[in-house]
Formats: sequence, C-alpha cells, structure tokens
Amino acid sequence: MKTETQNSHIGETLGHDSAILHVRGSARFTDDIREPRDILHAAIGLSEYAHATLVQVDLEKVRQAPGVIAVITAKDIPGANNFGAVLADDPILADTLVEYHGQAIFAVAATSANAARKAVLSASINYQDLPAILTARAAAEAHSYILPTEKLDSGDSQSAIDSACHQLSGEVNLGGQDQFYMEGQIAIATPEEQGAMQIYSSTQHPSEVQHIVAQALNIQSKDVTIICRRMGGGFGGKESQPSQFAALAAILAQKTKRPVKLRLDRDTDMRVTGKRHDFNIRYTVGFDKLGLIEGIEFKFSARCGMSADLSGAINDRTMFHCDNAYYLPNISIQSYRCKTNTVSNTAFRGFGGPQGMFAIEYVIDEIARYLNKDPLSIRRKNFYGIKNRNITPYQQKIRDNVIWRIVSELQTTSDYQQRKQDIAEFNANSRFQKRGIALTPVKFGISFTALHLNQAGALVHIYQDGSIHLNHGGTEMGQGLFTKVAQVVAEEFQVRPDLIKITATDTSKVPNTSATAASSGSDLNGKAAQQAALIIKARLIDFAADKYDIHTSEVIFKDSRVYIGDQSLPFEDLINQAYMARISLSSTGFYRTPKIHFDRTTFTGNPFYYFSYGAAVSEVLVDTLTGEHRLLRTDILHDCGNSLNPALDIGQIEGGFMQGVGWLTSEELCFSDQGELETHAPSTYKVPLCSDTPEDFRVNILRHNPNKENTIYRSKAVGEPPLMLGLSVFFAIKDAISSIANSALQAPATPESVLNTIKQNHLS
Amino acid sequence: MSKIHVVTRVNDEKVEFLCEPQETLLDVLRNKLNLTGTKEGCATGDCGACSVTLDGRLVCSCLTLAAETKGKSVGTIEGVADGDTLHPVQQKLLEHAALQCGVCTPGYVIAIKALLEKNPDPSESEIRYWLAGNLCRCTGYDKIITAVQDLAGQSDKFKEVV
Ligand code: FES
Ligand code: FES
Repeated sequence: MKTETQNSHIGETLGHDSAILHVRGSARFTDDIREPRDILHAAIGLSEYAHATLVQVDLEKVRQAPGVIAVITAKDIPGANNFGAVLADDPILADTLVEYHGQAIFAVAATSANAARKAVLSASINYQDLPAILTARAAAEAHSYILPTEKLDSGDSQSAIDSACHQLSGEVNLGGQDQFYMEGQIAIATPEEQGAMQIYSSTQHPSEVQHIVAQALNIQSKDVTIICRRMGGGFGGKESQPSQFAALAAILAQKTKRPVKLRLDRDTDMRVTGKRHDFNIRYTVGFDKLGLIEGIEFKFSARCGMSADLSGAINDRTMFHCDNAYYLPNISIQSYRCKTNTVSNTAFRGFGGPQGMFAIEYVIDEIARYLNKDPLSIRRKNFYGIKNRNITPYQQKIRDNVIWRIVSELQTTSDYQQRKQDIAEFNANSRFQKRGIALTPVKFGISFTALHLNQAGALVHIYQDGSIHLNHGGTEMGQGLFTKVAQVVAEEFQVRPDLIKITATDTSKVPNTSATAASSGSDLNGKAAQQAALIIKARLIDFAADKYDIHTSEVIFKDSRVYIGDQSLPFEDLINQAYMARISLSSTGFYRTPKIHFDRTTFTGNPFYYFSYGAAVSEVLVDTLTGEHRLLRTDILHDCGNSLNPALDIGQIEGGFMQGVGWLTSEELCFSDQGELETHAPSTYKVPLCSDTPEDFRVNILRHNPNKENTIYRSKAVGEPPLMLGLSVFFAIKDAISSIANSALQAPATPESVLNTIKQNHLS
Repeated sequence: MSKIHVVTRVNDEKVEFLCEPQETLLDVLRNKLNLTGTKEGCATGDCGACSVTLDGRLVCSCLTLAAETKGKSVGTIEGVADGDTLHPVQQKLLEHAALQCGVCTPGYVIAIKALLEKNPDPSESEIRYWLAGNLCRCTGYDKIITAVQDLAGQSDKFKEVV
C-alpha cells in the first residue's frame, strides 16, 4: 500500500526496523546489555510520609547489610541536588524535607539487585509529620500553587453568558494516569577516564539527562555521554523522569569507581515517578436554543504535585486545547497549577491537551442533555468554520480545518444515524442493559509551545562501500521514529532502507537535542536528516557533473543507481569515486520549525505550526446493575497528512486510542488519606487488556489530505493526537446511562463511577 | 544460605546452574544464562512479559522458582525460531506489524504458540481471553489479535514446525 506521493520509500508500509529482533527476543534494551564483571546494582530508599521533616536518617543498618558497597544521601551529591527540568525544585535525594510519599531519601549500591533492594528496607528514619495537601481541590482552596495562575480571555465571556438564552454550570473530576511503559526506568552509569561518565539511559531526552548528570557530578557536559538505542515505551514518562535515576547511578558510580545499574521494579517505578495530571474542572456556559455556545468560562485546577517539573507547559496546553474543534469567541480560562504533597505529575501523551479537550466535550455533552438533542448536532453547530469562525482563543487562525470532512465521512461510514435510532429502540426495550454511542472529534496543535525546543540535528555518514550511518537527536520508544527517519534518507539517496544503519541516540553525536515529545519526532528529525542527506547529495551531484562534464540537472539518483546523462552507475560506485576524489561524505543537518511564535504575556500568537485532526465513533453496552461496559464497536478516521508509513501510523492510532480508553474507563490511581499510592502494580492498576479492545474495530487514515505546511513529505505528526479519540468511549458510556442517570459522570468511568452516578440519580 | 544445584533443559539443551532457593527462573534466565529475551514487566505475575513454557505448559517465569525447573524442560523465546527460519507465530506478528516497543513481544510469541498448540483453531474470544494475561501498552492489541486469527485453523502449517 502506498499513499499518494511520487516517492518510492515514502508512504511505504515498511515494518519497524527492530521488528525481527523483537520477535526473536534479541533486541537489546538497556537491561539486556551485557553487564561488566564489577557492576553494582542500586536501589532507592523512599519516604513513608507525604509531608514531613527528616529528623534523623539512620542508615547504619543499611551500610551493614549483606552486599552493600555504598550508601548515599543528599550530602554525598558533589554538585547540584536537582533534576528539575524547568525550575530547580526537584531534589535528586530529599535533604531535610520530604514532600511526597515515595520520595527518594537515599540510595544504595550493592553486589546484586536483591541485596540492594533488601538493604534499603533496614533504614530507620525519624519523621516529623507536617500537614499534607493531597488533592487539587484542597490545594485550590488553600491557595497552594506551584506556579502562578494563568488566565486567557478572549471576547467577553461574562456578558455573552449572561445574555444567552440558556446557562449551565457544573464541575467534574478527571483522573490521572500512569504511563505504564512496559520497560521501567533504568540507567547504567560507567565511570570513564579523567572523571568522565558514560550512561545508558532509557530516556526520551538524552540531552537533559546529560546536563543534569553533569551538574549533579559537578563536571561539564562534555564529560557526560548518554546513549539510548531504544526504550520499552515512554509515553512522556521518560521525558523528565529518567534524569533522577541516571544521576543516582552516576553519583554511586563516581563514588565507587564501578559501573552501577539502577533499575526500578514496577512498584517502585509507579510510586516514585510522575503521572498524567488529574484535574478538577469547573465551567459555566451560555448557549442558544440550538446549542450554539455564546460564552464559556473554565476553571482548571490541576494536581501538579510537589514540584513544577513540566507542569507549566502542560497546563498551558490544557488552555490551548479546551476549544478542541470548536469556535469559542467569548471565553475565559483560569488555570490553577496546584501544589500538592504527591508525586510531581509530568508529561504523558497529549501533555495536558487531553484534559482540555475532555472539558469542552463534557460541556457539549451536558448542553445536548439539557436541550435533549443528539450531542453530535451540538458538536457540528460549534465546529470551527473554514473561512470564518476560525480564530482560536489564543488568536491563531486555523488554515487547515478538515474536521467537517472527517466527521461527515465518519458519520456515513459508521452508519451513525441508523445506529443511533437502533440504540434508542434497544434501550426502550431493555431495562438493565443500555447501549450508548458517541462521535467525538480531535484537533491537536503540533509544535512545542516552548519555542526553543522546536529544533533538531542529524548526522549522516556514507562509507566507501556505499553503506550509510544515520544518527539524529530523536529517540526510539517503539513508535517507529528510527524507521521513518531512515525512510527519509533512503528516499533522498534513492537507496534501499536496509543500506542504512540506524544507530543509538548518543549525545556525543548530535548535541543539545530536544526531547522526543510533542509528537514532533519525525517532523523535526526527519527534516534534519533530510538536510544532512541533501548536503552530501549536492556534493555528489557537483562532483559527478564536473567529472562527467555534464549539467548538474542531469545527475539523477534512482533505484540505487546514479544516472549521469545517458550513463548510469551503482550508487556505491559513485560513492567510491567521490571518496577517491576526496569529496566529504559526511554531514550534519539541522532544522528549526518556521512560522511559530507566541507571546506568553498576552497568551496570543501562533504556537502551532499546524493541526492534526481525527474523529472516532464508539458504541458501548453498559450493564446498569454492575456498572461494567463492553466496547462493541469503534470506527476511527484520522489525519496523518501524507502518511510517511501507514503501518506505523495505524499502530500509533490504535495504541493511542486504547491508551485513551484506559485513561477514561479503567485506569484509576487511588491514594490513601496518608497520600500513599495504593495502585502501584498491574494487579490493582488496570491498563486495558486484549479482551477490552472494541469487538469491531475499523481504523482508517484520511486520504488525500497532504499537510498544508511544508513538513517532511507533507506528513503530519501522529504520536499524541489519537489518544484523544478515546474520549468517544467515555461519552458513549455517558450516553448509555443518560436515560437513567443525568448526574455528572466522573472520569475514569470505572464500574464504580458508573454505579455511583446511577445511584446518585436514584437518590435525588 | 546454601545454593541449590539445578540440572534442567532449556530450549532442548542441558543446562546446569547454582541458584538461591528464592531466586526466580526469570532472574536465572536473564542474569545467569544470558537469555535476556524473556522480560520483566511486573515481577508479580500480572503482565506476561516473562512468559516461558515449563514442560510445555505456559508459565510466568517471575513466579516460578528456578529450583523448580530441576529435571524439567524450559522453553524460552530464544528457542522458538529454527536458526534463520522464523516460527509462523513470529512471522505473522511481523507481517501484521503487531508490535511497537517490543518488550511484550517475546511473551506474546510464547503465549500464542502455547495457545495454538493446545487449540489450533481458537475463536476470536478464545484468543482475546487467552492473551488477556499479556499486557501490551503500545499496540492497542488489534494487530496482535488479527495476527493470531490469521494463524488459527492452519493446524497443518503450524504443526510442521512445532
Ligand atoms: S514479569 Fe512475570 S508476569 Fe509480569
Ligand atoms: S509493543 Fe510495547 S508493550 Fe507491547
């Protein structure tokens, strides 16, 4: 299958470059790297209080425990005790104060992982308990904020709401989510000559790990090298989090002069690392008889946890996405970034966007229930227009709106109208089993909202035999980025992708990279690699034109050969000739996203290069006696521009969708009233299973919709947007129970939450 | 504590090792036998990443004590392909692009193979419920299910290799 481009390797359903290794179990993840003989294994000692002063930390027994070689506390950190990505407020090890249950207080290196993990349990720590704030709601009431409150006002929401025909207001709680990458956090630090440190880290952000480790060790960035060939999933959870574990391994390695591996077991990983922000959302909306929104106000309170981490940008993205696909001319948004005594919440696929989109979809659904109309008709009423009604609350003009087209196509192919009727009939005749259906749209802005992050570098070498070494700043977490970037280079040289060696991300090859995040991996790194390839190609063309005395326009790369006028030769022969003629066969490439700008003080500008779109229709069957549901069918139509690789893109769509479904239906983070996370293993924390996928699942990529912007081969980013297609399942459940329960359904819609909603309705 | 001497077969080869009484088969495979294709996703029997067979039966190696394998036969991902020739299960997962990060994949290969050896023609819901013990955070499962469906009912082809 190919998408509509002229190129040979673009739009090809090429499998993941490591697929064959994965099915054989021979792909090497960080924990699979052969261990040096003198390696030590580390473990961390965790706080048992959510908020307390450390009165006395007695680690004598830990030191005496069998196999223990070294123990470190905050005092043993030679440099900066901080791994905060933005502010310096994230201690690698707590010094005198702990601010969440599970915070690292000390670390141990021992001769085996078991010895290290056992040893940490023998610490005796005296805490002086302090009052703890655990929820966003409680923090908002106490005005406990980690960052200043942000406001965005566009139009005049107050008078638009007041003068509207109808008003509604309400409140809904939206749960967080653990990334649950299958490979937990891990780092292996090896001391090198002259105080340098080399680290294998499972990270989406090698450059940040490098800089933080250097600061912690009090050495320079040039002395720290971070390498990551692949991660076993990241989903945002390996953006800012890995630097803490890399730093701990490095400090222990520096101290013991031996390699140190720190691999968190699942329970520790879930306790210690940040998650998707849970939210309390309050809204007031004014609308007309047909459901057209005239004015709206949102108050978002996000549980950020004990430090800032990436919460600023995440909550900004909530503000940027609480319009989803709807034109909201009169809007007022207040975003409270709540400081709580819980783990510092962090990036997770969608990065705050999903929470904003949930909020507006919730309001739309409530309007529909109020007016007794099909929610889809309210959605359509409020969609952004093509020629007008196309300015976002942050004043960016939308130029690539395809939501009308996607929703119309999907409505037809999914037989929405007919099924809606069938469902109404079914529900009228079924007392306890109720069906529901929902079609929800996605519009997601692509670019980092922090301008400087929108840059990337790549490195391409061609060897004398014509084989190609490719390196770039992006990281591989399963999404297939390395395959896509290799396709780009293969395309430029018109050679087979297997001629290209994909290599581990390495801070000594491409420096100062951004995290592989914000769905930007192939947009940025694909362009950087293309530029590197084009530089070498231009040299080759000049060389050939000169040597064969022909115009440069007559040198053409095609099918692994180079055509020079009427003769042709294999690619590798030209390479060899170029080498003999002393032509440089190596180049770096660099890319920065054009056209984007944003003024934080007014909250206006063009923060996004373009938008990715999609929509999903889901149908569920809810048992109103148990609160359980079955996902009967889901239809998806998603925009990938000119897909670089449909197989990989469909994988992102399906995987993202199911992750969204998990977030909104089964994954529940429960904290005790002491602030201890109680759901820290898959036995209690329910990610979707094989048996939870739609019984009938139809996924399609929108055809004939090249990106309007000049992205790599006019493709579009696909990492995050599909997650929000999962909203359709939540709203289908809400639809199913709407005939018997009109009270607010809280997310996630676990059986418990569904039953509570029904019960409240019966009581009221 | 004294170590236990274990003689067992792993992928049809005789293997000997010393282990602690509480050491899991998963740890021995990964740390002592350098068979790192078997992965740890949870270490509590809830994710299936560590799936192996013990005398042909599908087990979680994280819940199996290494000492229990004495005199038995262990099958791991490293023993599934026949040299350069992939097993049909591996081949189908490739063809259907049924993997992303790949941490869950070895466990799936083992679990699917065990399913088809027991029931060469499983229905879709049999597939879904059999594989419900194998978590995958990346793919959303659909391609994995389709890959298995594609193998179901092909008992001849399958048995040849088994
Ligand atoms: S590691 Fe054994 S089931 Fe998860
Ligand atoms: S492919 Fe990543 S967990 Fe399955």
